[in-house]
Amino acid sequence: MFTVAKLQEQDHIAVQNQDFDLALEYQALTEANQSDGAVVHFVGLVRNNNLGRQIQALELEHYPAMTTKALTELVAEARQRWQLGRIRLIHRVGKLSLGEQIVFVGVTSTHRGSAFAACEFLMDQLKTRAPFWKKEYTSEGAHWVAARDSDRVKAGEW
Amino acid sequence: MIKVLFFAQLREVLDCASLELDTNVSSVGELRIALMQKGRDWQEFLAADKALAALNQTLVADDARLKSGDEVAFFPPVTGG
Repeated sequence: MFTVAKLQEQDHIAVQNQDFDLALEYQALTEANQSDGAVVHFVGLVRNNNLGRQIQALELEHYPAMTTKALTELVAEARQRWQLGRIRLIHRVGKLSLGEQIVFVGVTSTHRGSAFAACEFLMDQLKTRAPFWKKEYTSEGAHWVAARDSDRVKAGEW
Repeated sequence: MIKVLFFAQLREVLDCASLELDTNVSSVGELRIALMQKGRDWQEFLAADKALAALNQTLVADDARLKSGDEVAFFPPVTGG
């Protein structure tokens, strides 16, 4: 029987079209949180190149019924591995222009070691287990991005 | 009745976002093989090394058992982040 992972009160998961505000995310991680001395966050951006191609935009598709469930499981796994304070995870979907923010992972902990490790763990696992797909738009048309072996290897190392 | 969903490149090449199947297949792998009979693109893109499967919104291996009312999704390896 599967156990259903539950989100703790101090955690936040969102899948959304709209952009997120880094200052507000930092505030949500740190406000009234005097027990944690470390905050680590990662932001993924839309870059203008991939495998030698000039990228003009990205489109992110997802499997709505599964996405939140998959992300909640990743957060629960991170909490089993490390002592963590707050976790915030945001992933955008829809059409995104160059330079736009795609993904946010923010983690707090008492000391930096756990926060660094958990942040990287969450990103590595998200890349191979959360149901998102990128479509790249270039001057020659649009195509789906192929999964990278290096991402699979990295996720498997945890 | 099994509900089947397709995402991303798979949805586009198969020209199918979802279908419902009244079938007596008993595992995700049997369902995959049954769907692969639907045509050349189905044969190619649903192959086990090309399409992942989720059963009721959880990634599973092909030996996962099916029952009526289940939702199975097939999709390419994920590329978010």
